[in-house]
Amino acid sequence: MAATARARASPLNRGAIHVVLLLYAALCLGPVLLVVVNSFKSRAAIFGAPLSLPGPATFDLIGYRTVLGQGVFVNYFANSLIVTVGSIAAVLLFGAMAAFALSEYRFRGNTALGLFLTLGVMVPIRLGTVAILNLMVAAHLVNTHLALILIYTAQGLPIAVFILSEFMQGVSKDLKDAGRIDGLSEYAIFLRLVLPLVRPAIATVAVFTMIPIWNDLWFPLIVAPGEATRTVTLGAQMFIGQFVTNWNAVLAALTLAVLPVLVLYLIFSKQLIRGITAGAVK
Amino acid sequence: MGSLSLRSIRKSFGPVDVLNGVDLEVRDGEFVVFVGPSGCGKSTLLRIIAGLDEQTSGDVRIDGRLMNNVSPAKRGIAMVFQSYALYPHLSVARNMGLALQQEGVAAAEITRRVERTAGLLHLEPLLARRPAELSGGQRQRVAIGRAIVREPSLFLFDEPLSNLDASLRVGTRIELARLHRQLGATMVYVTHDQIEAMTLADKIVVLNGGVVQQVGRPLELYRSPANLFVAGFIGSPMMNFIRGEHAARLGADTIGVRPEHLQVDADGPWSGIISHAEHLGPDTMLYIDDAQLGLLTVRTLGDCASQVGDRVTLSPRADRVYRFDREGRSIG
Repeated sequence: MAATARARASPLNRGAIHVVLLLYAALCLGPVLLVVVNSFKSRAAIFGAPLSLPGPATFDLIGYRTVLGQGVFVNYFANSLIVTVGSIAAVLLFGAMAAFALSEYRFRGNTALGLFLTLGVMVPIRLGTVAILNLMVAAHLVNTHLALILIYTAQGLPIAVFILSEFMQGVSKDLKDAGRIDGLSEYAIFLRLVLPLVRPAIATVAVFTMIPIWNDLWFPLIVAPGEATRTVTLGAQMFIGQFVTNWNAVLAALTLAVLPVLVLYLIFSKQLIRGITAGAVK
Repeated sequence: MGSLSLRSIRKSFGPVDVLNGVDLEVRDGEFVVFVGPSGCGKSTLLRIIAGLDEQTSGDVRIDGRLMNNVSPAKRGIAMVFQSYALYPHLSVARNMGLALQQEGVAAAEITRRVERTAGLLHLEPLLARRPAELSGGQRQRVAIGRAIVREPSLFLFDEPLSNLDASLRVGTRIELARLHRQLGATMVYVTHDQIEAMTLADKIVVLNGGVVQQVGRPLELYRSPANLFVAGFIGSPMMNFIRGEHAARLGADTIGVRPEHLQVDADGPWSGIISHAEHLGPDTMLYIDDAQLGLLTVRTLGDCASQVGDRVTLSPRADRVYRFDREGRSIG
């Protein structure tokens, strides 16, 4: 305690910490900023001076006009949103239910089941791509939103169960018993007592689940490449050709793709920060 | 309204037996305290009465009705937890009203009962607050209020004062005794604190190792303990136990004398050297060491002139020497 207090007080140390943090922030934000800045420039300006800001001479919305001119792009956004929101909903609902059962009830094989459910954290789901594709073909689910939602739910559940059951174990046992004495059903205890108390954890899981799904290129390319189910990330690829790439359109599409995820993140972020710091502050 | 009857209650967690056949009758309006060291099964017994844990065998009857397969909410009980267990996202008023709401009581009636209870516990100014905005003592009063609102036939308290600081504990203890007189309800109270047990109970149930050691009024347990465990557990400081020759002379395996029944006396039969003295003001605790007697605690009124290292002689009050047989049972 005393050591950290002194470290905080020393201006030299504070400065050093901030330099490191600023460098890290620049490293993370640089590429994103480059994409956003260049998406507002003409093709010649992108290649002429990629690092300069758009000026009166170089400002050009040609990229956005191309992307939005392609009517299908709105569909791609809709597809991404359907898949992402659907997957998050399924992951949170089933993950929270499994976590509640694992943390609340004593039954034979509880620990083994918990380990089995979190095993997915250690094994990347892409290893099973071929089997998954076979499965989807056999179930006639290729080129459907459901195929992607099912895959992403499977991908997101292990970490969700892991994080949520840790948090649910922290909910006072007396509180749940008080609910039982007051006549709440097990469902009411789950929905009305436990879920509101682990809201920060839910937001954390939602963000960690959402970002890889939104950004994923792999599974949309493999199980749902059809025009009707194409996601934004996959859709942006159509401007990248073997010989000619429409950089204006690619950069504009990517910039637009950031927006919805940014909105979702802002919704969750207040809760998320509480969730991440919950353990540290107590 | 509010009798409780337990018939040979047993509880095992796997191979571990926590309760070994508990029988108990509690009359309407009685204040019963379960007391015992940690792990003696007192909390488990309370949870079985509440219906939160299921007994391995045996019958629980409340008001004569068999409760074995009845859910906690339908047993006509209310429980106050050690950690208060208030719903953190609900206001005080809604915390107190939730059970009634679940029972389907009309909103106007809920408000009326919550307000009446709040008046009883001086909670009116707090009704709109959340639990996080209350002090520990206030939270405990809300938890008690939440129990009272339901007008249960049986109140269950699980170490309700352990999380309060010492001065608040005394105040809340007096408050609980007042509530019991005022409501005339049956209360079952679990504690490991014998002061709480002695001051609150009409009837104390001493538990150890999942077995009822003795049931009786507080002074009954103090004056005539049934066995070594009760003798040692009730009373503070603890009763002195003496074995060997001194005990054999009185025809017992062990004899026990409470510190307050030993006197420093010029021509007493026992003697030893003072190894430590604690001056508490109203009385002084002397710790007296002797090769044969072991370490004895003596409680003398007021100040004591003797110093550490002095040899003193002691005499026990003859009518307050307890005798125990080889199995630890009280003789005579």
